[in-house]
Amino acid sequence: MNGQVRKVAAVILVAFLLLLAAPFYWQVVAADRLANDSRNTRVLIKEYAIERGPIVLADRTPVAESVRSRDRNDPLEYVRRYPDGPRYGMITGFYSLVYGRTLVEQQFNSFLLGRAPEQFAQNVTDLLTGRSSPGGTLVLTLDRAAQAAAQEALGDHKGAVVALDPRTGAVLAMTTFPRYDPNDLSSHDPERIRRNWDRLVKDPNGPLLNRAAGGLYPPGSSFKVVTAAAALEDGVSLDQELPSPPVFDVPQTSADIRNFGGSTCGDGSLTLPEALEISCNTTFAALGVELGDQKLAAEAEKFGFNEPSPYELPAATSSIPTQQDVPATAQSAIGQRDVRVSPLQMASVAATIANDGRRMAPFVVSQVVSDKGGVVRRFEGEDLGQAIPSRVAGELTSMMRLVVDQGTGTSAQIPGLEVAGKTGTAQHAEGRAPHAWFIGFTEQGERAIAVAVVVEEGGDAGSEATGGRVAAPVAKQVMQAYLDGGR
Amino acid sequence: MESRRNVELSLLLLALILSVGAYVIVGLAADNEVPAGSLGYGATLAGLFLGAHLVLRWRAPQADPILLPGAALLNGLGLVMVRRLDYAEATREGYRAEAPAQALWTVLGVAVFVAVIVLVRDHRVLDRYRYTWLLVGLTLLVLPVLPLLGREINGARLWVRIGPFSGQPAEAAKIALVVFLAAYLAERKELLATATYRAGPFLLPEIKYFMPLLLAWAVSLFVLFFEKDLGSSLLFFGVFVALLYVATGRFSYVAAGLGLFLSGAVLAYNLFAHVQVRVATWLDPWRFYASRGFQLAQGLFALATGGILGQGWNQGRPDFIPFASTDFIFAAFGEELGLLGVTAMLLVYMLMVFRGLRIALAAADDFGKLLALGLVTSFALQVFVIVGGVTRLIPLTGITLPFVSFGGSSLLANYALIALLCVVSNESTPAPAARPAPTPADAGEATVVR
Repeated sequence: MNGQVRKVAAVILVAFLLLLAAPFYWQVVAADRLANDSRNTRVLIKEYAIERGPIVLADRTPVAESVRSRDRNDPLEYVRRYPDGPRYGMITGFYSLVYGRTLVEQQFNSFLLGRAPEQFAQNVTDLLTGRSSPGGTLVLTLDRAAQAAAQEALGDHKGAVVALDPRTGAVLAMTTFPRYDPNDLSSHDPERIRRNWDRLVKDPNGPLLNRAAGGLYPPGSSFKVVTAAAALEDGVSLDQELPSPPVFDVPQTSADIRNFGGSTCGDGSLTLPEALEISCNTTFAALGVELGDQKLAAEAEKFGFNEPSPYELPAATSSIPTQQDVPATAQSAIGQRDVRVSPLQMASVAATIANDGRRMAPFVVSQVVSDKGGVVRRFEGEDLGQAIPSRVAGELTSMMRLVVDQGTGTSAQIPGLEVAGKTGTAQHAEGRAPHAWFIGFTEQGERAIAVAVVVEEGGDAGSEATGGRVAAPVAKQVMQAYLDGGR
Repeated sequence: MESRRNVELSLLLLALILSVGAYVIVGLAADNEVPAGSLGYGATLAGLFLGAHLVLRWRAPQADPILLPGAALLNGLGLVMVRRLDYAEATREGYRAEAPAQALWTVLGVAVFVAVIVLVRDHRVLDRYRYTWLLVGLTLLVLPVLPLLGREINGARLWVRIGPFSGQPAEAAKIALVVFLAAYLAERKELLATATYRAGPFLLPEIKYFMPLLLAWAVSLFVLFFEKDLGSSLLFFGVFVALLYVATGRFSYVAAGLGLFLSGAVLAYNLFAHVQVRVATWLDPWRFYASRGFQLAQGLFALATGGILGQGWNQGRPDFIPFASTDFIFAAFGEELGLLGVTAMLLVYMLMVFRGLRIALAAADDFGKLLALGLVTSFALQVFVIVGGVTRLIPLTGITLPFVSFGGSSLLANYALIALLCVVSNESTPAPAARPAPTPADAGEATVVR
């Protein structure tokens, strides 16, 4: 009989090996997937039991904070609140039971929960003393006045505003319209969250899209500063006379490039500064053809085109084709055709020129501090190197000042300050009003600011100057608000 | 003899340290202080198991030294988990704490262990009353079905309630039927092994000797149909087939048994909606997450959240799993003690099972051999059915995890089970030189007892 007992033992052994393998599968192989399943509320409850650190502006105004849930039956201890509603949603992102986290809430989650390696010492102290500290406080680079001005000036026009500190890359203001209220997604009521989400997702205007970083537009004439930079680097001098016919007869095609409203630019020839000042299409189209597709694309790439954005939060990649035929190159030189930019990219172009040609990576979180005020981690803008020679940056700056002083961008003038800028009126669809653009920069004392504004369908196809009239005042108000704060 | 009991004593001390340590940690984690009952808990547990140990020294000095410490460890940790779940549920209105009841059942369980050791000096005594065991077993099985006495709880009619006492008699029936079957088969094994009929590829014995298998099948089907208890049904049948195979050495019984089992399973699947639900839930618990799959899914979430090291005592949320203290206590351990904890727990079960199999191998008489094998197979199958069910290896059927789950009947039955194994092992282990070897007179006495 012992033979049979041994066979039964063998079967039992196999059964136990299976039993040992099963928990291994669930606790090791499938563990990550299941532990992070949205239905596994264990993880959530643990996370929501932590007093998540606040997100504050440079002046320590909180824009996201965790408060104790008032509902006593709520299994989740803390609820996330955004005191200013929609104002900072495009930066903070949301923190939702149902839809997870986005943007700063996601990217800096471990700091906010107090679980980053830098916070290890604090955690050990907590463990030993039996206390639990709230997570780290994130300090943003945003300027309260500039952000408010951006939101107010844009009003309820679809579009976006980005303001950068050209010396560091710090984001001073960033807004988009339409926008959403992160409070709508961060309650503890899953039903309400789902309803709000459905409404936001179905909204054809895309309130969840941050147009400032994620929107891609044709830049129109604002791109001419890039074409001008390419020309200057290619040896075109400031007093060189360039052709400026009323109509640029594009080689290899019957399509012509005209100036806005069919106007002529001067008397048939212009210098580069004059052409930029009045935004002469035919001069820049001819310049583009003269430079060729490769030089034009290479110049744009120095400013960050055709590569993932160095911004720390998700952002769209701006692009220009590296190979295109002559007619397309002519169109690209004036920011039409296949050139696509985000407002953040255009702000970075302005900032790079303002910073003597040195390009700084945009960033929005300046530091993490503990609840006791100690600095846990400091972030600085990454220096991406000399994009264009300092000389070229200086020449572009003086040319762009002329644009604001006496050209298409006069609406951006600020008394007593030298403001540089470039307007744009970008056609994007047949029969639709063009997008109005303005990029520019200025400085006062210790403060410097570079801005990009786009107002969707805010221009008038009939006149280049209308783009400037719509977008430039927005930029002006943002710049002024920021500089006033420095006085 | 001394060395066996000394091994047992040191293992028992280890089990006590682990259990009391866990108890203190749970208290610390829940209230930030060493729980007031720590001393009482430790003293009671120590008193119980050291008492049982002394009884073994007295009455069964050659008994296996692993079984009692294994049971003590599992029982001790199970008590801590039941109490830990009490903490979590305490805020719920109308919740009755389970730990005090489980503590009482533990005391009674060890009392049963001691009673069996003292009363059954020689397992061959049991052989004499084999038909009594059959009667007792069948009666216990039928009890829950009777009107007035029986109670249907969670879809299975397993409970009997008499006055303030309630229990699952199937747990005791299991042991009685194993005793009967071991006795019956030990006597008839030659007859059963003789093939007379040829049916296809199988050689079958005479129909009348085939009866026990059919009876076993009938009992299983009865449990399945009238008590709607898949787990116990599978358990009975598995044990019967294993015993029949070991007794006769005929693989045809296994094949026929599997055939009968499969046909019964298919029948049950087609007849009972709740069996279909079980299978569907097993195949895809996520699809039924909001309804029948919730428990299984929560159990898997608990295991996954526990990961390798576990969340630590009282740091997880096993209270999210319905029936965490009974059917799903394995998942609760998985969440708080991690893969390391549950692997250790499975290894303790494995150790106990293989000690049991060794006892079966070493048993000198056929009855002892079959008895040990039947008991250990039912123990192993029970662990397999519930752990396999919780980990989605097989469809889930709600039965207890031996010694660990909350539940009195199961605890008592399992203590009786390991006590019987101890008795068999005491008989079959040759005494060390210090003790006189069994004389022919002893053997003769045994024959008389038979």
